[in-house]
Amino acid sequence: MSEVIVVTSGKGGVGKTTTSAAFATGLAMRGHKTVVVDFDVGLRNLDLIMGCERRVVFDIINVIQGEANLKQALIRDKRVENLSILPASQTRDKDALTQDGVEKILNELREMFDYIVCDSPAGIERGAQLALYFADQAIVVTNPEVSSVRDSDRILGVLASRSQRAEQGRTPVKEQLLLTRYDAGRVERGEMLKVEDVQDILAIPLLGIIPESQSVLSASNQGVPVILEEESTAGKAYSDAVGRFLGEDISHRFMVAEKKGLFSRLFRGAA
Amino acid sequence: MSLLNFFRAKRPAASAAAARDRLQIVLAHERISRDGDDFLPRLQKELLEVIARYVSVDQNKAVVKLDRGDDVSTLEIEIELPMPSAEESRGTRVAL
Ligand SMILES: Nc1ncnc2c1ncn2[C@@H]1O[C@H](COP(=O)(O)OP(=O)(O)O)[C@@H](O)[C@H]1O
Ligand SMILES: [Mg+2]
Repeated sequence: MSEVIVVTSGKGGVGKTTTSAAFATGLAMRGHKTVVVDFDVGLRNLDLIMGCERRVVFDIINVIQGEANLKQALIRDKRVENLSILPASQTRDKDALTQDGVEKILNELREMFDYIVCDSPAGIERGAQLALYFADQAIVVTNPEVSSVRDSDRILGVLASRSQRAEQGRTPVKEQLLLTRYDAGRVERGEMLKVEDVQDILAIPLLGIIPESQSVLSASNQGVPVILEEESTAGKAYSDAVGRFLGEDISHRFMVAEKKGLFSRLFRGAA
Repeated sequence: MSLLNFFRAKRPAASAAAARDRLQIVLAHERISRDGDDFLPRLQKELLEVIARYVSVDQNKAVVKLDRGDDVSTLEIEIELPMPSAEESRGTRVAL
């Protein structure tokens, strides 16, 4: 049985595209046939993060409008077997994305892949609603910050009321929280919301905590999903999250700040 | 920059607790209104309509305050009712 997973958040810039790329890559690395679909029509970025921007010929809108077939538009990843990318259009209007068109594509993808990861655009309007409408599972990407938590709560409301599963009265979309850009040091100093706080407020299971990490920027500079940076904290955290998603029992890491050196301890003692 | 300022600049005030408390309150209310059950704005509108049926209310002199709290929310409406007779022109204040 194939699963459609939406990576969503409401708010922009919280790490959806970073997560979609990392997650899809991680699922494929564990042997699952995976495709990652960019729903951010007009603001295509997933191709850059996946490092396949120079190989894009057709996009999801071309497929919806019958100008290309799905197989022609899919780009196979060169590093990881079992992984493909379906890019968004950069030039078309986002209204070119229709519910019927999306349903047809997802049904075809379900025949070809085990996991279909949908990278949602920001907002709670049409684009974001289409990205989540057909989802079986949702990864709600949240930063420990008031506006991000509030927007995640709204997206949870949309999932609960306007997804196809909700409309048809089927089992609800399975929702899990991925807390990203977490800075344990700032949390310890009381400057940033704790993971427990965010989880209390949103009341959904925690899939993982992705620490704030410089490797995310450097990986994106090079077009490498950060999960392939196996030594980086973010890479490890994404890998753990994929394992948990697949049902492995992996305890959470990166919740406490790394031990400070003498220098910074001296500073804190003096302040 | 003095040494003291240097240390201060490194340590912003702890504010995460405020973030948590504010979120808990605002989301509790937003979840209710999402299900279409936030009656407070409607109550406010209807109260003003009822009062306007009996006296002409100067909308500029109607002070409406809504405070969504943790356990209780308060809706405060203060309206100046003009007196019909000229002598008592200072009017009456009604607070609901
Ligand atoms: N864990 C992280 N640590 C540091 N920077 C991050 C992290 N996750 C995301 N970012 C940065 O945040 C920005 C937005 O990320 P992106 O994945 O494009 O978000 P979205 O798709 O939600 O708009 C990018 O510059 C990205 O490099
Ligand atoms: Mg994005």
